[in-house]
Amino acid sequence: MKELFDRLFGMGRHDIATEGRFLHGKAMIGEEKATVIGTFGHAAIDAVLALRISKAILEAVSEGPHPILFIADTQGQALTRHNELLGLNGYFAHIARSVDLARRCGHRLTTLINGEAVSGGFLAFGMLADRICALPGSEVRVMDLRAMSRVTKIELATLEQLARESPVFAPGVENFWRMGAIHEIWSETDNWQDRLSSAFSCNGDERAAIGFERGGRMLASPIAQCVADA
Amino acid sequence: MSYFEASARTRILGLVDAGTFQEFCPPEMRQTSPHLARLDAPLSFDDGVAVGRARLSGHRILIAAQEGRFNGGSVGEVHGAKIRGLLDRAMTERPSAVLLLIDSGGVRLHEANAGLIAISEIMRALLRIQAAGIPAFALVGGASGAFGGMGIVTRLCNEVIMSEQGRLSLSGPEVIETVKGVEEFDSKDRALVWRVTGGKLRRAQGEATRLVEDSIPAFRAAAKELMESHFLHPLAEKSLHDLLEDQERLSERSIEFSDARDGQAVWDARLSDSSRVPEIDCEEFNRRLLAK
Repeated sequence: MKELFDRLFGMGRHDIATEGRFLHGKAMIGEEKATVIGTFGHAAIDAVLALRISKAILEAVSEGPHPILFIADTQGQALTRHNELLGLNGYFAHIARSVDLARRCGHRLTTLINGEAVSGGFLAFGMLADRICALPGSEVRVMDLRAMSRVTKIELATLEQLARESPVFAPGVENFWRMGAIHEIWSETDNWQDRLSSAFSCNGDERAAIGFERGGRMLASPIAQCVADA
Repeated sequence: MSYFEASARTRILGLVDAGTFQEFCPPEMRQTSPHLARLDAPLSFDDGVAVGRARLSGHRILIAAQEGRFNGGSVGEVHGAKIRGLLDRAMTERPSAVLLLIDSGGVRLHEANAGLIAISEIMRALLRIQAAGIPAFALVGGASGAFGGMGIVTRLCNEVIMSEQGRLSLSGPEVIETVKGVEEFDSKDRALVWRVTGGKLRRAQGEATRLVEDSIPAFRAAAKELMESHFLHPLAEKSLHDLLEDQERLSERSIEFSDARDGQAVWDARLSDSSRVPEIDCEEFNRRLLAK
């Protein structure tokens, strides 16, 4: 992780601790001190990890407005009966409320996808930021095609064929970019420190409009407008 | 009339004041899913959700109802955009409440990416209306329950009204069984599924704020009562203090039930008498909950 942090923030400009699959600390972004909260190692997000994430966000809010960077690497929600019994959806909703509180209190919020961002884990944690950037080689998806095949009882070959043809179905950072859910895809040769500073200057939920401009989601924006203005 | 058995539109008509429902982007506009069409899958002229405005006891509300019988109430691009648009509309129309009749397995897998993004847009739009002082109520009592992203959306609402047949959770039992095996979660064991996700468990935990009988008038009465109580105690923005309290409560629950895998453990801790819970009616359940 140190190599990644050096590249994102500069050497000697970060102090981030890891515990299990959770990372949390401070780093300099441009000339501002930011809170960094994230997961790594394709973490499965269970109630305990969800509580750590929300606690870190609330701590940052108590310190007053400053930038918050989420680093997401998640295989999705933990799949256990125990977590369902606890009401994992309620723990995820609590993270979402914490992110919303941070935004209302004036924190600027950016998410960086480092590895994979899957389904419920990504929904709760990361997808509500104002700006979402993906590092090269990252993967974004809703569900593994093999699992989807078992759940839907549709042949894996049929789903693979569909994935080749349909950007609204197929996993992939580029598809999410076209649909407006990822704002920036970074490349190996970029200066990540510079890109991170400039990412922290956006707000509002413009994803449907961006998805329309990029040709990836042609209906989301007009239909929402139609209902909103009818 | 059973809420569980009713269609989305029957639920709306039974919940709101007679003759007041006005639908936006109605089926006559034939806004179907182009992604389902490409797969030759069945289409619906409303893409599985009805949205509009109405009155409840004379008060102006906005209302959305998912049709659980169309693709499991799943959220695709059009379906999601209709709900998001309704929430955006609430910012200018300022209704007394927004009612979301959730009946959904979550993201529609045929257009999974669009569905996932739509749900995150709904989450953000919902948080925005609440910050503007407009309360949102989730009603959960249909066959498809409230799962996946819609389980998260449900818990973002200020009030959650459930019947005992309603189910509220994140991953569906079928998904857990498929990925982790039948010994982790047997999705065919209906009684177990109900003890882990059903209305009586969620009410005992406080995840649902009301438990009502499976009838449309019972849901209407609860929604009306909650709306009136929100008039008396207008919604304040959630503060850091409120969220720290939520953090503490959720944390305590995860410790208290750190190895629980069956709802009986929660009933044992939360009800004055936890015997025969699946058999008792709502009135008896609510009495036992209050008595503890």
